[in-house]
Amino acid sequence: MSEYIVRADLLGKSFPGPKRGEENIVFESVNFRLKRGEFVTCIGHSGCGKSTILNILAGLEKPTSGGVLVDGKEVDGPGLDRAVVFQNHSLLPWLSAQDNVDFAVRAKWPEWTEKHVEEHSRRYLSLASLTEGLDRKPHALSGGMRQRVGIARAFALETEVLLMDEPFGALDALTRGSIQDELIKIWSDTRKTVFMITHDVDEAILLSDRIFLMTNGPKANIAEAVVVDIPRPRNRGDIIHYPGYYDIRNHIIDFLVQRSKELSGSVRTVPVEEIKTAGKLVYPPDVNPLNGAIENGSERKLA
Amino acid sequence: MNRNNILAGVLSLVLLVVFLSVWQMLTTTTTHVAAATSMSPAEVETLTGKGMSGADVEAYSADGLTFDQIDQIAGLGLTRDEINSAGGIQSFGFTTGGAAEEAQTGFPSPTQVWREASEQIFNPFYDRGPNDKGIGIQLQYSLMRVMTGFVLAIIVAVPLGFLVGMSPLWNAAINPYVQVLKPISPLAWLPVALFLIKDSEQASIFVIFICSIWPMLINTAFGVANVKEDWLNIAKTLELSRMKTAFRVILPAAAPTILTGMRISIGIAWLVIVAAEMVIGGVGIGYYVWNEWNGLNLASMIFAIVVIGVVGLILDFALGQALRLIEYKE
Repeated sequence: MSEYIVRADLLGKSFPGPKRGEENIVFESVNFRLKRGEFVTCIGHSGCGKSTILNILAGLEKPTSGGVLVDGKEVDGPGLDRAVVFQNHSLLPWLSAQDNVDFAVRAKWPEWTEKHVEEHSRRYLSLASLTEGLDRKPHALSGGMRQRVGIARAFALETEVLLMDEPFGALDALTRGSIQDELIKIWSDTRKTVFMITHDVDEAILLSDRIFLMTNGPKANIAEAVVVDIPRPRNRGDIIHYPGYYDIRNHIIDFLVQRSKELSGSVRTVPVEEIKTAGKLVYPPDVNPLNGAIENGSERKLA
Repeated sequence: MNRNNILAGVLSLVLLVVFLSVWQMLTTTTTHVAAATSMSPAEVETLTGKGMSGADVEAYSADGLTFDQIDQIAGLGLTRDEINSAGGIQSFGFTTGGAAEEAQTGFPSPTQVWREASEQIFNPFYDRGPNDKGIGIQLQYSLMRVMTGFVLAIIVAVPLGFLVGMSPLWNAAINPYVQVLKPISPLAWLPVALFLIKDSEQASIFVIFICSIWPMLINTAFGVANVKEDWLNIAKTLELSRMKTAFRVILPAAAPTILTGMRISIGIAWLVIVAAEMVIGGVGIGYYVWNEWNGLNLASMIFAIVVIGVVGLILDFALGQALRLIEYKE
């Protein structure tokens, strides 16, 4: 069993441009690895193609070039080995909260009895702190509860890999905070590999083992992978007092404000030496297979 | 909201009352001539001789009854008071001369229509030969035709709509035909159907079928084609088979749109059956209206028209309720 459960090699996505023969390249030669049980978030400006990368991992979109291996098997379509939490909850509105989770569980284990399915669903719903109102339809649930059901549905499939596309994007700050806590809880209980897209820097630091920073599109790329070495268990209240928290935060914000633009279009990235941060930065993070630093991605502690 | 509903109800009632009184006024001032029949002393004597009091004879003749009618009443051997307490002479099968005159000379008044209606409502299933059947039997025939044509249309339109909705290729291929066939009046098909099927019953069912099919086909295709991408993605990530996706995701998602199509269809079908039956004849609510017109039974014709409206309302209400059952909020 390889240490890496997900390998994305030389991923590229482009669309035909307005003129004949012209191509709009969203990103090209994107390379990354996800370790088993790792929580990785991906941050970048709109249009950098991060959702496209997630959809390629999910099998809902095909890359123009390159490919993805999950657990050694090539991804050539959506499948039950990867669960997806979509941006706008995507619950089936004619089914109750419980039925929505049951629906997914039944699809994965069609041979299970009704009772078994329900118990299984209820276990994951309660992991996501949902014990009441399970017979309510999604429209009768609050935004936070809907997203909890979506998360419970994904985790209930017990897949090795979970993909989350800005799951908290539509929620207010308070709800977002409590669901983040629940996500941490359910993830530490199950230790699955999570790849999550977010716009929220604090959320990324709170949840992640590593944070991928993407340059702006077109021709976007993952420029850096910031290792968040803040010890777990983490919680929202304490994490900001951790020495180095603001160094990581400032580094990411500086990237998003400044360098994501400067680096746009370049496949290579700035010398790591120029980056001043207390966190550990890995670059290439087991990233670029072209320069030979694939499996043993050299980690460098920065002063 | 609630207050508004009550106000609306009151206003509706006021409008109805105004409408009915104007109708009543217009139809009675011109035609209601319950002229008293004059009777010769000899005739009066004959009647009193049969045991009827002079006062009763006068009262009946003032009602406009003829000598023959009063004579028959006298044969019953009951006083006017006894007859009145038993429901009046109408309940013994007599009509007053005034009323008979009214029905024949002008447009019926609301009270006449009501009299006709109450008779029909309490005996809707009588059958006195091919040209005189109760309104219940007429409705039964019409509804059977509508339901048969409608169900056949569902069987064809919903699967076809699924195909068209799921496949842009089929959509593009079939769309021109739908666009050409849709605006053809269903009645235009009637001669074709009569020639091909050679059975008026089946021809009218065919007409219902052909007029019901378009709204259902178009709505099903639209509903299926517009199922949210997110829900289809859920089905894909759960590796549902095509059949399961169709039945467990697309069908429930498109069901409200499909049922709305059915609701439009049944409305059109109910409009069309009346016209079709007028042409085809035999039995059915449409033919009934036409037949009453030919027999100048205007009161009964108007009653039938009201019944058509009420049945249409019930059909629409039934599908509206079904729609509420499968509707979902996002």
